[in-house]
Amino acid sequence: MAYRSSTLVPPSVLLVDDEASFVETLSKRIAKRDLKVSTAFSGPEALEKLKSGGGASNFDVVILDVKMPGMDGLETLAAIKLKHPNVEVIMLTGHATVESAIEGMKAGAFDYLMKPCDIDLLLAKIDRAVVKKREHEEKILQAKAQMIVLKRGF
Amino acid sequence: MKVDTLHDSQEQPKTRNLVLTVMLVAGVPLLFIGFVIIQQFGDAYRTKITDHLTALVRKHSRTIDNFLSDRLGDIRVLARSHPVEVLADQVFLTKKLAILREEYGGVFVDLGLIDPNGVQQAYSGPFNLAKADYAGAVWFSETQQSQYYISDVFTGLRGSPHFIVVVKIPWKDQGWILRATVDFNAFNDLVSNIRIGTTGIAFIINRAGELQTKPQIEVDSLSGPHRNFLNTHLEFDTVLIEENPDAFGRDLIFAVTPLNNGRWILIFQQEVSDAFATWNTTKMIAVLLFIFWAAIVALFTYFMSRRMTLRIEEVIIQKDKMSDQVVEAGRLASIGELAAGIAHEINNPVAIMVEEAGWIQDLLAEDEPATPDNLTEIERATAQIKTQGGRCKEITHKLLSFARKTDPTIKQIDLNEMVQDMITLVDQKTRYANVQMETQLDPDLPPIWASATELQQVLLNLLNNSVDAMDSSGGNIHISTQLSDGHIMLKIADSGMGIAEANLARIFDPFYTTKPVGQGTGLGLSICYGIIKKLGGNIQAQSTKGKGTTFTISLPMAKDKLGGVDSDDHSASESQ
Repeated sequence: MAYRSSTLVPPSVLLVDDEASFVETLSKRIAKRDLKVSTAFSGPEALEKLKSGGGASNFDVVILDVKMPGMDGLETLAAIKLKHPNVEVIMLTGHATVESAIEGMKAGAFDYLMKPCDIDLLLAKIDRAVVKKREHEEKILQAKAQMIVLKRGF
Repeated sequence: MKVDTLHDSQEQPKTRNLVLTVMLVAGVPLLFIGFVIIQQFGDAYRTKITDHLTALVRKHSRTIDNFLSDRLGDIRVLARSHPVEVLADQVFLTKKLAILREEYGGVFVDLGLIDPNGVQQAYSGPFNLAKADYAGAVWFSETQQSQYYISDVFTGLRGSPHFIVVVKIPWKDQGWILRATVDFNAFNDLVSNIRIGTTGIAFIINRAGELQTKPQIEVDSLSGPHRNFLNTHLEFDTVLIEENPDAFGRDLIFAVTPLNNGRWILIFQQEVSDAFATWNTTKMIAVLLFIFWAAIVALFTYFMSRRMTLRIEEVIIQKDKMSDQVVEAGRLASIGELAAGIAHEINNPVAIMVEEAGWIQDLLAEDEPATPDNLTEIERATAQIKTQGGRCKEITHKLLSFARKTDPTIKQIDLNEMVQDMITLVDQKTRYANVQMETQLDPDLPPIWASATELQQVLLNLLNNSVDAMDSSGGNIHISTQLSDGHIMLKIADSGMGIAEANLARIFDPFYTTKPVGQGTGLGLSICYGIIKKLGGNIQAQSTKGKGTTFTISLPMAKDKLGGVDSDDHSASESQ
């Protein structure tokens, strides 16, 4: 059951949902596929984890439930995009909240998935999100390098 | 219009009441007018009859009086124009009688001259009455008192009815008398020719009640009702009109006037029914017309109101049907609102179950799956699946209990319990909307009689509205029950956006909504209003813009089953 990632470094995922059982089980399944997983049970907790870096490396992808008590998914998304624009967000939604997911996409979410979701589909989306993020970071790096070259006048 | 009118068991108008009302409204004035007109007409007719009789009787009384005074005049002329010596001559008298008879058509029967001793000294006429002695006759003694005299009708010496005209002639200090006999038939014709209708006749009586003429119809001269007039003082030339019943119970109308200086009375009598024949016919026609009209109106109104009643009943049935549909539609709308929350609520346990199942599959896919750790993990996962399945079941049951078709059966209900149930039903929705629910339920609340599904709908609608009134920052809803003045009060107070004062009056109107098109039917509150009114209760809203809204419902306490307000209401509406 080895996860064949398109990237060399395994993606780091933050799973955010108010349903503890759901978060725990899904995180185990993702971890079993050699991804790095952290969990948060509310929007503020997720932001806290993103801020503190969540351990060894920065998070690549946040999987965010749309409907949560208190700070809901859309608010959390806005906060994430404000403070961590590079982090890709995949919205998790129930049937009744697809519209919110679309709102989320407009607000900068990478993609959305309907609960209950297929793990392979989820992983595929995570993979694509990570690829996008890494490419994006690559471009930023290249741009920075070029800037340095230009400054040095080569 | 409020929806409660759709629910109210309107008293259905009864055909009979309608007919009676129309008959009364139309009939009473007509009857009154008819009565007045008939009365007026009767009075006028009576006046006319009276006037007619007065004129008739007066005319005839004058004619008769003239006749009498003329005859008396004739004899007086004769008496005064010739001395007694001449009058005592038989041949002269005969000659004079012949002239009188020639002039007056045989009115005078005979002539006679009577000496102061009452012996007839000269006589001319068909009877052999020369030397007849009248000393004992009533008229003879009467004549001694006055100058003239007209006698009553009597049979006298000759044995046939007649009356005499007497003139006293003073001669040599003694009173001689010239006497003439007037033909009874000639006189009688003057009176008996007066005839009106079939029963109107005229006759003359003297003050003793004796008939002076021969009536066409037999008159009981001794005991008839006309005897009432014998002692009545009658003014000359005036006619007295009176009604009296006769011995047979027939009402008679009398027109009475004095004759012959009050010594005689001219009486005209007629049966009232005869005199008022035209009047009675008119009255009969009027009554028949009225009955005919009443029958037509009754028939017409009966069919009209029957048609109307049937139509109204039809409309009421349609309205009831429609209001049932409206309530049902409103209920479905509230279910729809619930569904979003419920779907999510079900979706969460389902998602967990799917993940747990997937986790088990993951573990089983390992090369050596049967490690103790894995087994423990699988056991935990299956337990979790079971738990989450139970959660689903609970949610679906809750929804189903509400989604069942409206059951209007009135049952005894514990309001507190129902409030708790409804709170759990909207629990998910409130949690995601950051709404805190607080309750302050009176534990000693008596039960109420209501339809469970209808009351659920009211609570759900109000709770949904309260939650919808909050912005994303949430708020709180305070629900309280209490017993106050024999009514059960339920208050649902929210800290939402409130309702503008201008809109507050309209919130119970059907189809009134401030929600965007497609999100609210505008029926929720109007249905609540209808349901609460049907239960004999009241629902009010107070609101401050920006501070929140409080809905207050007051419901009557449940009485014993038979006397229950609602069961009463229902049985009443069904028996209509």
